[in-house]
Amino acid sequence: MTTLADRSAGTRVPRTRRPTLVVGIALVALVVAAVLSIMVGAALLSPAQVWAGLTGTGVDQSVAIVQDLRVPRTLLGALVGIALGVAGALMQGHTRNPLADPGLLGVSAGAGFLLVVAIQFLGITGLYGTVWFGFAGAALASVLVFALASLGGSRAGGPTPVTLALAGVAVSELLIAVTSALVLRDTASLDAYRFWSAGALDDKDSAASLQIAPFILAGLVLAAANAPGLNVLALGEDTARGLGHHVGRARALGIAAITLLAGSAVAVAGPISFVGLVAPHIARFFTGPDHRWLLPVAGLGGATLVLVADVVGRLVVRPGELQVGIVLAVVGAPFFIALVRRRKLARL
Amino acid sequence: MSTDLTTPAVGRTTRTRLRTEGLQVGYDDRLVVGADGGLDLDVVEGTVTAVIGPNGCGKSTLLRAMARLLAPRHGHVLLDGERIDRMPSKQVATVLGVLPQDPVAPEGLVVADLVARGRHPHQRWFRQWSPDDEVVVAEALAWTGTSEFADRPLETLSGGQRQRVWISMALAQGTDVLLLDEPTTFLDLAHQVDVLDLVERLHRERGRTVVMVLHDLNLAARYADRLVAMRDGRIACSGAPADVLTEETMREVFGLEAKVVTDPVSGTPLVLPIGRRHRERDDPDS
Repeated sequence: MTTLADRSAGTRVPRTRRPTLVVGIALVALVVAAVLSIMVGAALLSPAQVWAGLTGTGVDQSVAIVQDLRVPRTLLGALVGIALGVAGALMQGHTRNPLADPGLLGVSAGAGFLLVVAIQFLGITGLYGTVWFGFAGAALASVLVFALASLGGSRAGGPTPVTLALAGVAVSELLIAVTSALVLRDTASLDAYRFWSAGALDDKDSAASLQIAPFILAGLVLAAANAPGLNVLALGEDTARGLGHHVGRARALGIAAITLLAGSAVAVAGPISFVGLVAPHIARFFTGPDHRWLLPVAGLGGATLVLVADVVGRLVVRPGELQVGIVLAVVGAPFFIALVRRRKLARL
Repeated sequence: MSTDLTTPAVGRTTRTRLRTEGLQVGYDDRLVVGADGGLDLDVVEGTVTAVIGPNGCGKSTLLRAMARLLAPRHGHVLLDGERIDRMPSKQVATVLGVLPQDPVAPEGLVVADLVARGRHPHQRWFRQWSPDDEVVVAEALAWTGTSEFADRPLETLSGGQRQRVWISMALAQGTDVLLLDEPTTFLDLAHQVDVLDLVERLHRERGRTVVMVLHDLNLAARYADRLVAMRDGRIACSGAPADVLTEETMREVFGLEAKVVTDPVSGTPLVLPIGRRHRERDDPDS
């Protein structure tokens, strides 16, 4: 307290605003989106009905809608959104590329590939089985990308932003090509793959959330541990090393977090585009480049985006539904173009 | 005054802080530094050493190896007698700081936060930010005259101001030994002198040991106690500026015909290159 005041003039540092307010606002937005997601659907529920449904005191039908359909779906959407938002921010931080998203690590292509293999060669059809295979595929692809990128990277520090992006594109393209060849041989896997690749939250019950929640939690812990390192890495690898940081270790930690987060999201909900790309940019606009604030806000923002898109998808073609992945692509693309046009995306 | 970490033990000794032994460094299959037998160099405490040499002579590579940014093929770098590659990197970072040639920062990063990142080696996961850090960062900013920019994003500053901020970050790291890779590149002459004056003050008032790569020979002669002239990955000659900057070494190391006179301002050697244009004009007369 006194040390600063006692010092001669000009030695006080105005630290940047601690954006706890931003985190608060992001939390409120997420809660609003979650309530909307429980209210809106084929049957519109009033807030009172939602409350009654949540507490189990309302009429049977609304209790069933809220507890069996809407809440699990909302929970899943929030989990997937948090995972994609945080994974996107990590990806952009590690590649220092504003256009990077978790898909760049090959997670989507990897998940799709093993999913098709599981259906076609192992005869696995249920959601529970395919989620595991999707997750394993995402993990395998990102390990492959990381290994390839390390080969081309600097000797001591593992992959560089450029080699990561190149290896990611190469592995993704290869896996997508093989997946296409596989699904063309078999209608059952084509159907499953087609539906999965649209990116959807419906048709999944609370077990799906429970299945991926531990992985997402682990991913979030790793991401939090990676935040200070990512701040130093943002100053370039030489500066980071000069400050005593283990660049290779930080990269490995980040890749592990991205794999857990994006892998579980993609495995359960399909390749949902734009969330991992846009949420970090929106978050960065409010928090600045400090990852200790950027990561949580990107996660909350990602969850809000997914829930809002899912609600929109339930409204536009009633009584049918549009998959959340499609809504996000349709709404996200113009939004992203507007973002690029209005304000130059922050260089990373 | 204070017991903060930016004030190292000042003492005029002849203790070697940084030493290379048989150092060989290269990229891929090309050896850039220490082609025959490796490179030996001693950096004595409290001195300013400038590494000079033509483009591609390996001076930046040498500096990067000394800063453990590059792993040597053979030989070692010793920091206070201990092999740098066997010390925990974070521990090295409390003694030895490095400012790379062209440092980058993300857009929107404010100056105070950038300088604060220099405290990284002193932080642990359970103690991210302490009042001590706060004081050190404030002093580092005040010391380079950048306190007024503290809450401005780095990209809104001029090149010279930005370089002062980077030096503040190195200062906040609180290391006795500082390695600077071409700290004056991209700066106009006034700002070059400004940055080198800052280095000189670091050395004089804070007893820092400085090794820097410099392109400008005359400025190197003015600001360094010792010059190390490199050619083809070897030390061609080293010593006091007056011993190194001679017409003969200009020819041998840089392949440059030059006249060396005494700098009327500083008394150090002043290199006046003789290009073909002036040689041809002189020829008929001589």
